[in-house]
Amino acid sequence: MTTKPSTVQEPEGGAASREPGPADRRPLALLGYLAIGMFLGFVFIQSEVVSWYRIQEMFRFQSFHMYGIIGGAVAVAVISLQLIKRFDIRTVDGEPIRLAPKQWGDSRIPGARYWIGGTLFGVGWAMLGACPGPIFALLGSGVTVLIVALLAALLGTWAYALLRPYLPH
Amino acid sequence: MREFFEAPWPWYVAGPLIGLVVPLLLLLGGKVFGISVNLRHICAAVPVPDRFRPSFFQYDWKGAGLWNLTFVIGIAIGAFLAVLLLGTPDAGQSVSEATRADLAELGVADAHGLVPNDFFTWSGLATPAGFVLIVVGGFLVGFGARYAGGCTSGHAISGLADLQLPSLVAVVGFFAGGLLATHLLLPLVIGGGG
Repeated sequence: MTTKPSTVQEPEGGAASREPGPADRRPLALLGYLAIGMFLGFVFIQSEVVSWYRIQEMFRFQSFHMYGIIGGAVAVAVISLQLIKRFDIRTVDGEPIRLAPKQWGDSRIPGARYWIGGTLFGVGWAMLGACPGPIFALLGSGVTVLIVALLAALLGTWAYALLRPYLPH
Repeated sequence: MREFFEAPWPWYVAGPLIGLVVPLLLLLGGKVFGISVNLRHICAAVPVPDRFRPSFFQYDWKGAGLWNLTFVIGIAIGAFLAVLLLGTPDAGQSVSEATRADLAELGVADAHGLVPNDFFTWSGLATPAGFVLIVVGGFLVGFGARYAGGCTSGHAISGLADLQLPSLVAVVGFFAGGLLATHLLLPLVIGGGG
């Protein structure tokens, strides 16, 4: 299998901060990621952010709940990142922590991928009532039909991969 | 004690707890919180001949994404445990009075649990409204997240927290799309098809 890297830079997630090394596959580290995921899944359910009703409530501006949760999460993350940068805090393996900046892209339409892609995502978010994290949480909570939503999301990802050369970024 | 943990947890508890995931992933392995990229990793892991594999999926998905796939399996397990230990939250009843009134008017009769049973069940999937919400909604979530290079976690939390302007543009897009779907499309989908 070839491992040709993508030409358009992927500004998000996964391999963003550094080259993956064998350390990422150590069972102990993987258990750590599993544990953080379990913590998040638990909070997702108990705060009801995975609920279709809560997403409707948010897009109808009828409660502060979702805004408070997203705002509270961002606030804690901002403070954490500032502390990490200021005190040059490293990973448990002693490696420096760096976040790759998001790229504007080279389209004649400025930031096209962010507002066009973002708007399409938003339409799907309101209809499904779940973004990717909550899809996995709802599956775990027993809403089994969401496996169809996951397959549809994978189909959407595949469609993007095929159309990518023709889309403005 | 059990009452103490019962849903819905207030925003000022849940929000900071979710935000803590960002430094935890960074400290454990320098990883950036972003869930939708797993959809790309799963596509890259699908065993198809290379000539049918778009270049977007030609990379070492295990090296780039094994940690993240493990993380989302954790999300599903954590959600399973929450429901097992504390029961399914009745979000359909704990949302605001105004939302319940709006949804009743829209035709969501049985507002209980985390999702409306009218649509998000296997029999619901067979209705026109349920099919559109699940399949079209799911497709757009996958397509839009990859096109925008991130979803709620990658842009609205990680990106905004790192003060990235492109992420702010993406989040404005998320809300523009969500408002459009909620106020213009849902009345057509649910009112017209369900």
